[in-house]
Amino acid sequence: MLRLIARRLIFAFVTLWVVSMVVFSAIELLPGDACQAFLGQMAQGKRLENCRAEHNLNAPAYQRYSDWALGLASGDLGKSIKRSKPLEEIIGPRFRNTVILGLTAALVGIPLAILLGALAALYRDRRADLWISFIAIFSMTVPEFITGTLLISFFSVWLGWLPGIVIMRADAPLLEVLSKIVLPVMTLTLVMVAHIMRMVRTSMIDVLASDFVMMSQLKGASRVRQVVMHALPNALLPTINLIALNIAWLMGGVLVVEVVFNYPGIGRLSVNAISDRDFPLVQAIALLMASLYVALNLIADLLALVLNPKLRTRGAGL
Amino acid sequence: MSSAVTILKGVMATRSGKIGVVLVGFHLLLALVAPWLVPYEFDTQTAVIDHAGPSLAHWGGLDTLGRDVLTRTMLGGREALLVTIFGTGLAVVWGSFFGVLAGYLGGRIDELIMRSVDIFLAIPWMIFLLLVIASFGNAPIVMILTLGFFYGIGVVRMARAATLEVVVKDYVLAAKARGERPLSIMMTEILPNVRDVLMVESAMRWSWMLLAFSALSFLGFGVTPPTPDWGLMIANSRIYLVLAPWPVLMPMIALSSLIIGINLTADALAKSLGVDKTTRALV
Amino acid sequence: MTAPLLSIENLSIGFTGLNNQSIFIVRDVNLTLAAGETLGLVGESGCGKSSLLLAMMGYYKQGLGRLRGSIAYDGQDPGLVSPQQLQALRGGGMALIPQNAGQALTPTLRIKAQMVEVLRLHSDLTPGAWHARCLALFERVQLPDPEQMLNRYPHELSGGQQQRVAIAMALAGEPDLLLLDEPTTGLDVTTQVGVLSLLQEICRDLHTAMVYVSHDIQVISQVCNQIAIMYAGEIVEMGPRADLLTQPVHPYTQGLLASIPRLNQQTLPHPIAGEMLQPVHRGANVGCGYAGRCALATDQCRETAPMVQPIADRWVKCHEVTAAIAGEFIRPAQKLLAPHLGDSELLTVEDLSVRYQAPTWLQSLRGKQSPAIVRAVSFGIRKGEIKGLVGESGSGKSTILKTIAGLQRSLSGRITLSGTDDLTEPVESRPRGSLRKVQLVFQNPDASLNPRKTIGEILRRPLELYFDLATGVMDQEVDALLQRVNLPQSYKGRFPGQLSGGEKQRVAIARALAAKPELILCDEITSALDVSVQAAILKLLLDLRADSGVSLLFVSHDLAVVETLCDSVLVLEGGEVREAGSCAEVFKNPQHAYTQALLASVL
Repeated sequence: MLRLIARRLIFAFVTLWVVSMVVFSAIELLPGDACQAFLGQMAQGKRLENCRAEHNLNAPAYQRYSDWALGLASGDLGKSIKRSKPLEEIIGPRFRNTVILGLTAALVGIPLAILLGALAALYRDRRADLWISFIAIFSMTVPEFITGTLLISFFSVWLGWLPGIVIMRADAPLLEVLSKIVLPVMTLTLVMVAHIMRMVRTSMIDVLASDFVMMSQLKGASRVRQVVMHALPNALLPTINLIALNIAWLMGGVLVVEVVFNYPGIGRLSVNAISDRDFPLVQAIALLMASLYVALNLIADLLALVLNPKLRTRGAGL
Repeated sequence: MSSAVTILKGVMATRSGKIGVVLVGFHLLLALVAPWLVPYEFDTQTAVIDHAGPSLAHWGGLDTLGRDVLTRTMLGGREALLVTIFGTGLAVVWGSFFGVLAGYLGGRIDELIMRSVDIFLAIPWMIFLLLVIASFGNAPIVMILTLGFFYGIGVVRMARAATLEVVVKDYVLAAKARGERPLSIMMTEILPNVRDVLMVESAMRWSWMLLAFSALSFLGFGVTPPTPDWGLMIANSRIYLVLAPWPVLMPMIALSSLIIGINLTADALAKSLGVDKTTRALV
Repeated sequence: MTAPLLSIENLSIGFTGLNNQSIFIVRDVNLTLAAGETLGLVGESGCGKSSLLLAMMGYYKQGLGRLRGSIAYDGQDPGLVSPQQLQALRGGGMALIPQNAGQALTPTLRIKAQMVEVLRLHSDLTPGAWHARCLALFERVQLPDPEQMLNRYPHELSGGQQQRVAIAMALAGEPDLLLLDEPTTGLDVTTQVGVLSLLQEICRDLHTAMVYVSHDIQVISQVCNQIAIMYAGEIVEMGPRADLLTQPVHPYTQGLLASIPRLNQQTLPHPIAGEMLQPVHRGANVGCGYAGRCALATDQCRETAPMVQPIADRWVKCHEVTAAIAGEFIRPAQKLLAPHLGDSELLTVEDLSVRYQAPTWLQSLRGKQSPAIVRAVSFGIRKGEIKGLVGESGSGKSTILKTIAGLQRSLSGRITLSGTDDLTEPVESRPRGSLRKVQLVFQNPDASLNPRKTIGEILRRPLELYFDLATGVMDQEVDALLQRVNLPQSYKGRFPGQLSGGEKQRVAIARALAAKPELILCDEITSALDVSVQAAILKLLLDLRADSGVSLLFVSHDLAVVETLCDSVLVLEGGEVREAGSCAEVFKNPQHAYTQALLASVL
C-alpha cells in the first residue's frame, strides 16, 4: 500500500507541474504580452518599455517560466502589474477568506448531504425521498447567482436577519469573517449538498440491494444496525472520490458566489484581475486554485485507499 | 428515426417526463420565433420612468434603462441556447471519441488519455473561460469552442467508464475473434451500447453548460449589451430586486424553467432507457 | 405425532402487475417439515425455489409479497409476528446459508465482527466467551487456521473458505432449521465435495432440519432424505429420496432425470422440448404449468389445474398420472459410436505455453517471465473429432481456447491448422481464410450477443465478412442457419433480449456455423443453461458433427457432459496436461491421481 501512496503523491506533483506549464503557456498564447494586454491602448513607447523591463518580459519564454516556477516553489508569486505589489500580499488574505468559505461550506454540507442521501435511499420513492429529491433538483437547476441574490433579498433586505452583501476588509480577523458568511455559505452549501446527496443516494440504493445487506437482515440485525454497520460504509466508500471531484468542480462556482456577495476572496479577485488584464496575478491565482484541487483530490484518494479493506490487504489466491 | 420517436415516447411516459419535454420544447420554439412575436425592440428605451411595474402596455414592466422586460426575456434565451446546444454537441462528440478510444484500447493510450484528463480537470475552468473570452472576445463561436472543450473533458471520463463495461462482454470478444477492425468494433459493437448513457449525460451537461453560460453573462463576460440575455438581465437589475422585482424575476423564471425542464427530461430519459446508475458527477 | 417444525399451506408469492393481474412466482405450495428432516427443493432457474426459501424467513425480494397462504414455523408465522420476534427468529430459530458467500459477507467488516454479530444477537454468551465460540465453530466447519481467519476480511478468503465461514455463521445461532440456497454453486467440484460432506456431518450430528434448494438433483440426493420437485412456481412431486429417484412419477421429474448426463451411460441425455416460461409470461395460466412442454398434455391439462394426488408415500400434481407411471413417452436415444475418424490431423498444438502478459521491462531486466497460465501443452484434434478439455478453475482450459482463437498474445509454441494455417499468430495478423476456419462460442448467452443487433444482423455479419454473397443468397443462408439450429424463421427480426437462454445459445452456435468452419471452440457453452436445455444443445452438437464433419474443442468442468459428448479428452490442472486419451479409456481407467480425484467428486 505504501507504494500506492507514493505513486499518488508523485502523480500529484507531476500534475501540478504540468498544470503550471499549461497555465503559463495558455497565457503566453493570448494575443499580446502581459504589458500590452494591461496597458491596452496605451501600450506604446516608454511606458511599454518600462513595464516590460520591470516585469522581465524581454526574456525568452522558457526562462521566464523557470523563473516563475522556481519562484513559486520558494513562495514568491511574482508581482502584480496593476498594483506593482508582490502578489503574496494581495493574494494571501483573500486566499484565506476563500478557504474559510469553502471549508465551512464543506463541513456543513458533507455531513448534511450524507444524512439526506441515506434517508432518501432508505425511504426511496416515499414522501421523504420525493421531498428531498425535489429540493435537490431545485438547488441544482437554479444558478448560484440567482440563489445568492434571492437569499440576500429574502434574509437580508426583507427580513433583515442576516448580513447580505459582505462589507469587510480582506484581512479582517477570523471571527468577523465567520460572522458575515452565513448567506454565502448557505448558497454554496445548497448546491453542494444537492449534488453530493444524489450521489450518496444512488450508491446507497445499490448497496441496500446487495447480498450482504440482505444477509445481515436475515441474521436478525435491526434496521439501524444494517444501515450503520453494513450499508453505509460500503455506500460511502465509492463516493469519496466523486465527492472530492465535485467539490473541486464547484470551486468554479465559488467565483460567482464571491462576486454576488462582494466577498473578498480569490474568486472575486480573479474576476477583477482578468478585467484589468493583470496577467501575473491571474496566473498565480490559477495555479493556486489548481493546487487546491490537486490537494483535495489527493486527500480523497488517500482516504479511499486507507478506508478500503480491499486496497489495504491482498486478496486471496486469484 | 423511428428509434428517436420510440425514445421520445418513453420519456413522455411519466408525468415528470411530459412536463420536461413540454418545457424544453416551449423554450426551443420560443427561441426560434420570438423575434417575430415580440411587442417591442429589445433596446428601445421608452421615455417613461424606469423600473415601472407591469402594465397593460408592458406586461413585464420596464428595466433600469426603460426597456421592455417581456421582450428582453423572450429574446434572452436565444444566444444561450445557440451556444449551449452547439457547445454540448461539440463536447459530447470529442469527449466520447476519446473516451471510447481510451476504454477500448486500454493500455498506454488509456493511461495517457486519462492522465491528461486528470491534469486538465485541475485547471480552474472558470478562470480560463473568463480569460479566453477577455482575450478573444465573446463571439458565439469562441464561447462554443471553449465551453465545448472544457465540458468535453468530463465526457471523456464518462464515456470511458461506459465503454469499460461494454468492452468485457463476450460479444465484443466475438467480434475481435472474427477479425473485425478496431474502428468497426467501436462503431458497431460499442457505440450503440454506450449510446443510452451518453444521451442521458448529454442532457445533463447541456443543463450545466446553460448554468455556466448564464454565470458568465452575469459576470459580464457573456453577451455584449444591449443584446438581451437572462444572466445579464439579472445582474443588471438585482440590486433593485426588492423594489422592482420583475426585471429579475422574469428572466429568472425563464432560465430556471428551461433548466428544470432539461433535468426532468434527462431523469425521465434515464428511467425509460434503464440507465439508473449514472454517477451524475459534475465531471 | 409431534407437530411439524415447519408447515406451509397454500402459499403463493408474487406481485400485482398491470391490470391488477396477479403474477405468481410461487403458487399454491404445501409442505411440512419435521424436526431433523432434510428436504431438497429441486428446480431449474426461474421456478421460484429461492423465493420460496426466503419466504420461510419472512423475506421477500424487492417488489414481491405473499399473495395468499400461511407459514407456520414452530407455531409462528413470520409474516405476522412483530419485528422484534422476526429478528429473533432470523439467525436464531432458522438460519440461511447463502448462495454466494463471497457476496453475502460485508466487505468492510472483519470476519470476527460478522461472526460475533450473530452471537451478540442470538446467544446468551458473555462477550468474553465469543472468541472461543468462534474458534470452536470454525473448527467444526474444518477451517484451517481459525485464529488467522477471524482477523481477515472476506475478500482475503477463497471461495470454499468463504462458504465454510457462512456455514459457521449460520450455526452460531444454534438454529433448528437451516435454509440453504445452492451454497455449492460456483465452487469447484473438488471443493464442492468437501462442503457437501461437511453438511451431511452437521445434519447427522446436530439433528437440525434442513431445506436445501438447488438446480442439481445429484447434489440434493447427497444431503436430503425428502425431495420436492418445483416447476413454474409449483411443487409438482414430493417424496422420499430413494423412491423418487428410482421411480419418478411426474412427467417433469422423469424428463429432468432423463436429461442429466451421467458417466458410463449407454443412452444420450434426453432433452425436454421448450423452456420454462418466466413468471410474467405465464399469464393467466389456469391449467398445469408444465402443459406447454409435456408430451402427455391433454386439453384437461391445459384448462384445469391438477389436484394433488397421493401415491404411496409421496404425492404428485398431475392429471395424467397413470400414463406418466407407464413412462412410455421418454425414449432416450442410444449413444452412437463416433464416426470413424481418419488419421488426418486437423489441429496440432505443440508445446504451447501462455503467460499473463509480456514481461514488464523490469522483469525482463531480471531475466524473468510473468507467471505461466498454460505450460507446455501439446495435443491434436482430428477431422470430425470432438475433443473435451476438462479442468477446474485456473486450469488454463479457457486460455488454451482463447489462444487458438488468436485472442491471446504472450505465447510460445506452435499451433497449426491442417498443416497450412499458422494459428500462433494473433487475430490481427491472421488472413481471412484462417479466421474463417476457427470459430468461438462463449459460455454466457446473455453476454455473447450484441443486444442492439437483431438476430438476422448477427447472423449476417460472418457471412458478410467471410463470403462474397449477393443479398438474396445471404438471406437464404440466414434462414438455413436458423433452421439448422431448430429456431423459427421469425426470429430474424427479434433482438437477443427477447430470446431465452437456450435460444440465445443456439443463435451463438448458428453464428459460428455461418462461417462454415472446420473447428468450433466451445467455452463451457452449456454451463449457464438449465440441464433440460443443455441436453438439447448437446444433441444439436452431435447432429452438426454428423452432418458436416466439423471438429469441436469442448471445454467444460462437467465430466459427465464431456463423456457424453466427446470422443477424446484432455485433463488439465494448473496449466499442465495430466492425462489424455479417448473418453472410454480415461473415464473407465484413469491413470493420473488428479483424474481419479476428479472422477471421485462426480456425484
